[in-house]
Amino acid sequence: MASENVKTLTDANFGEEVKNGVVLVDFWATWCAPCRRIAPIVDQLAEEYNGKLTVAKVDIDENPMTPSKFMVRGIPTLLLFKNGDLKETIVGLETKDKLTQIISKHL
Amino acid sequence: MNTDRQVIIIGSGPAGLTAALYAARANLKPLVIEGIEAGGQLMLTTMVENWPGYRDGIMGPDLMQELRAQAERFGAEIIQGDVSSVELSKRPFAVTVDKTRYLAHALIVATGASAKWLDLGVDKKLSGRGVSTCATCDGFFFKGLPVAVIGGGDTAMEEAIYLSKLATKVTVIHRRDTLRASKVMQDKAMSIPNISFIWNTEVVDIKDIDQGKVTSLVLRDTQTGKTSELAVDGVFIGIGHVPNTALFKGQLAMHDNGYLKTHDGSRTSVRGVFAAGDVQDHVYRQAVTAAGSGCMAAIDAERFLSGTLHEGLHSVAS
Repeated sequence: MASENVKTLTDANFGEEVKNGVVLVDFWATWCAPCRRIAPIVDQLAEEYNGKLTVAKVDIDENPMTPSKFMVRGIPTLLLFKNGDLKETIVGLETKDKLTQIISKHL
Repeated sequence: MNTDRQVIIIGSGPAGLTAALYAARANLKPLVIEGIEAGGQLMLTTMVENWPGYRDGIMGPDLMQELRAQAERFGAEIIQGDVSSVELSKRPFAVTVDKTRYLAHALIVATGASAKWLDLGVDKKLSGRGVSTCATCDGFFFKGLPVAVIGGGDTAMEEAIYLSKLATKVTVIHRRDTLRASKVMQDKAMSIPNISFIWNTEVVDIKDIDQGKVTSLVLRDTQTGKTSELAVDGVFIGIGHVPNTALFKGQLAMHDNGYLKTHDGSRTSVRGVFAAGDVQDHVYRQAVTAAGSGCMAAIDAERFLSGTLHEGLHSVAS
């Protein structure tokens, strides 16, 4: 279960939602086993950084435009935006420690 | 949570979960630290047709879910998290996960092996941009596009077969002139019309780092030395695995290839530390052999804890 602190983004609202502040977006799909492994970590990050970091998810099956726009060709991929600019691309599984280090650089 | 345990098991593939099942049934209340690649390599496969007892096969992730539930049913405790360090110089052993330090009187290492990358550097940089080690994860992005698979073993064949349903054309690139894959996988791959093979050929470069995506592969014929270019949108690497033993460097004896050394069953070079599954097996590397060695490690750990593990001798199964 996704944490209530995690927003669900779509092709329609993606641009608007990443425009302000620091936003971490998890690209995933229901059939992706490694995505299920990173999901609980993403939920924990949402809780721990609540208020400082917006955490969001994009289901790539339902929203094909956004992954294509950012050349996402593998999942899980996490993208980190700051005021609309893409700052970090994290492909594949990473430990929570490593993600925390990457995120804290931008806060 | 109780951080002082009889047995800690690092890893949650077939070896780790089978060890957990046996240790739980021996009332050792094992703690399993599942690791970042929870469930192990079978989580990235589709149908597993060689796990005994499933005549029609079982999906890899389903099998792992069953194993996990079975271990939990007997009292194994499984936690998320990745071990960042271990201290094996004295007992109890210490295992650190995030900021928590756990103690264990016996340790079972079942950290498995992870997909190997090419030695190009560019392959890692284009990871998630067209280079992948997991067809079931990333094949989706190559619907209606040409892709390549590198390798000649079962992993490469499975990837090629899976991708043949999505991609227009799958080219398998292998550096030898025969496949290492099992006969049944070879026959299956060779019977699929949109899978073709390029033999005696190595990948020397992946383009195009400047565009930030895969556009083609530069190939070299190992016989003639001639180079050529193959236009693809995706490339899947299936050239084997490397053992996850970095945590144990300098603490447990290893072979030159990084796999843990075991002797007399599942014993490692440190008394009370046992190893099971692919982390100590570069020969068989099957789910069922991993499970079998997980069972051995649990029995060895149990005997070690009760003081009945005979030093330097195979203990006779009762």
